[in-house]
Amino acid sequence: MELTATTTIRRPATEVYAFWRDLENLPTFMAHLQEVRATGDRTSRWVADAPFGKDIAWDAEILEERPGEKISWRSAADADVPNAGTVRFTPAPDGISTEVHIALVYDIPGGTIGKAVAKYFGEEPHQQLDDDLRRLKQVMETGEVVRSDGAPWGKRAREEFPQRPAQPLSDAELAKGAGR
Amino acid sequence: MRANTWAGRNKVEVRDVPDPRILNKRDAVVRITSTAICGSDLHLVDGYVPTMQDGDVMGHEFMGEVVEVGPDVAAERLRVGDRVVVPFPIACGACNACAAELYSCCENTNPNAGIAEKMFGHPVAGIFGYSHLTGGFAGGQAQYARVPFADVGPLKIESDLADEQVLFLSDILPTGYMGAEMCDIQPSDVVAVWGAGPVGQFAMDSARVLGAAKVIAIDKEPYRLEMAERAGHIPVNFEEVDVRSRLLELTGGRGPDKCIDAVGLEATHGSAHIATYDRVKQAVRAESDRPHVLRQAIMSCRSGGVVSVIGVYGGLLDKFPAGAWMNRSLTLRTGQCHVQRYMKPLLGRIEGGELDPTRIITHTLPLEEAERGFELFKNKEDHCEKVVLKP
Ligand SMILES: NC(=O)c1ccc[n+]([C@@H]2O[C@H](COP(=O)([O-])OP(=O)(O)OC[C@H]3O[C@@H](n4cnc5c(N)ncnc54)[C@H](O)[C@@H]3O)[C@@H](O)[C@H]2O)c1
Ligand SMILES: [Zn+2]
Ligand SMILES: [Zn+2]
Repeated sequence: MELTATTTIRRPATEVYAFWRDLENLPTFMAHLQEVRATGDRTSRWVADAPFGKDIAWDAEILEERPGEKISWRSAADADVPNAGTVRFTPAPDGISTEVHIALVYDIPGGTIGKAVAKYFGEEPHQQLDDDLRRLKQVMETGEVVRSDGAPWGKRAREEFPQRPAQPLSDAELAKGAGR
Repeated sequence: MRANTWAGRNKVEVRDVPDPRILNKRDAVVRITSTAICGSDLHLVDGYVPTMQDGDVMGHEFMGEVVEVGPDVAAERLRVGDRVVVPFPIACGACNACAAELYSCCENTNPNAGIAEKMFGHPVAGIFGYSHLTGGFAGGQAQYARVPFADVGPLKIESDLADEQVLFLSDILPTGYMGAEMCDIQPSDVVAVWGAGPVGQFAMDSARVLGAAKVIAIDKEPYRLEMAERAGHIPVNFEEVDVRSRLLELTGGRGPDKCIDAVGLEATHGSAHIATYDRVKQAVRAESDRPHVLRQAIMSCRSGGVVSVIGVYGGLLDKFPAGAWMNRSLTLRTGQCHVQRYMKPLLGRIEGGELDPTRIITHTLPLEEAERGFELFKNKEDHCEKVVLKP
């Protein structure tokens, strides 16, 4: 499965590139990731979030990096869900903003893992990636993922409708959410 | 705390809900001293704006006192104890839309942007108490509200103006003003405003302040037309006269130079035939909006004129007079108000005595009586024009 998405961020390319190149930042806006840890200069360990398939982790390696312009990576050969990605940063015509173009390729296997991944992406798989980039934009432009009462859990907001009502959270909900 | 909530189509209910907390670092919590019921709330209650849910706290026009600020709100911008009016669109102040002062199109404040994008082609900003399509933010018909990006939107009131004088800076005064501003008013202009509700009244006053030669008020409620007349505008009752003929008469056959739609998707119609056609289509969801006013404004406007739309439309409409629009060089301008753009200058005009927002307030009720307030406002009982609620 191949997915592409794009957004425009009102920050310089060098800054957006630097944020992405620090791969440990990816889980702040990519919904399917729980943790990314750098294990070397170009290598890293990625842990998926539960809905993506429980206990999935894989190693990845950066194949190409051009500061301010482009990063490509690929999972190691033994990954459960082999995947690869490229993100390009190009100056927008306004001379201020940066266009972010991302392309991801997933080699979805059979079995339970394949099913979990397919379910995670649902009927409109690009929607996930669009939402990921929206959150990247929020973080780069405003410092945080934006929360509302209906969608209070930031990147875990993407439950289908109905959401929780647009009214403040109870103590119990807050406590439960903090641990999520 | 107590809050007025959506309880299904045509039903609101004041209930107990949890107190709001800081969820993002640039939030504030405001203790609300005054809040109001808006024509937009009627669209939500009537079920014409989709994605409302049982229990949603309503209200997007509110002001009060800051009681808590998040860690990233700079003290020179806002601190506990400040008295603020809160603009209804939530804007980040940092995206390209905000940089262009298109605050109601902010690209960052709607966590449900994906859904809005499906409906509108591109997402729109978050709005307080205004469905999940615009983010699912709890509203301000309550004792307290959480205000995101509190360092961007809220306007501090440092003078001793009463709540009633500044409350409407949250929405309807800027909205009416933007409706007039989009008309690019010239001194020779005759401006016709459809709708003598609160938004229409402020569009009329703004047209006058911006220098229009003559301002015409179109509605069917005699008391609302009288209110407009007392403010110096010319009333036209669409149930008593044919609007187009009357407008031609009032403009020497030219038609109004500028036309403002301050009614939106729930317009009623003098002609039973067309009204039935649109009602039926709306009922079977083949058309979500009833565009009587938009059609009439386009047909009435003089060639080369401007039709400025501040009445809310939600989805699809039928029989749009594209021929008149195109062949007669009309300009169509519209938007949810970019409130943040107008708050300060309009505060100046209030302080200077040029605009008197209090003139439309007919009812002040305790929050507990929100349901009655909605009834009065919706059914135009007891000459109701605008309801202010006190939590
Ligand atoms: N653009 C924005 O940012 C913004 C902000 C606030 C409100 N609004 C919208 O402005 C509109 C008016 O708001 P309001 O608070 O004044 O509401 P309101 O319901 O009090 O006023 C609407 C008025 O229109 C009149 N009307 C109905 N059909 C008509 C027709 N065919 N011709 C002339 N008048 C007609 C009604 O009698 C009523 O007096 C609503 O659609 C509301 O959602 C838009
Ligand atoms: Zn309003
Ligand atoms: Zn913004």
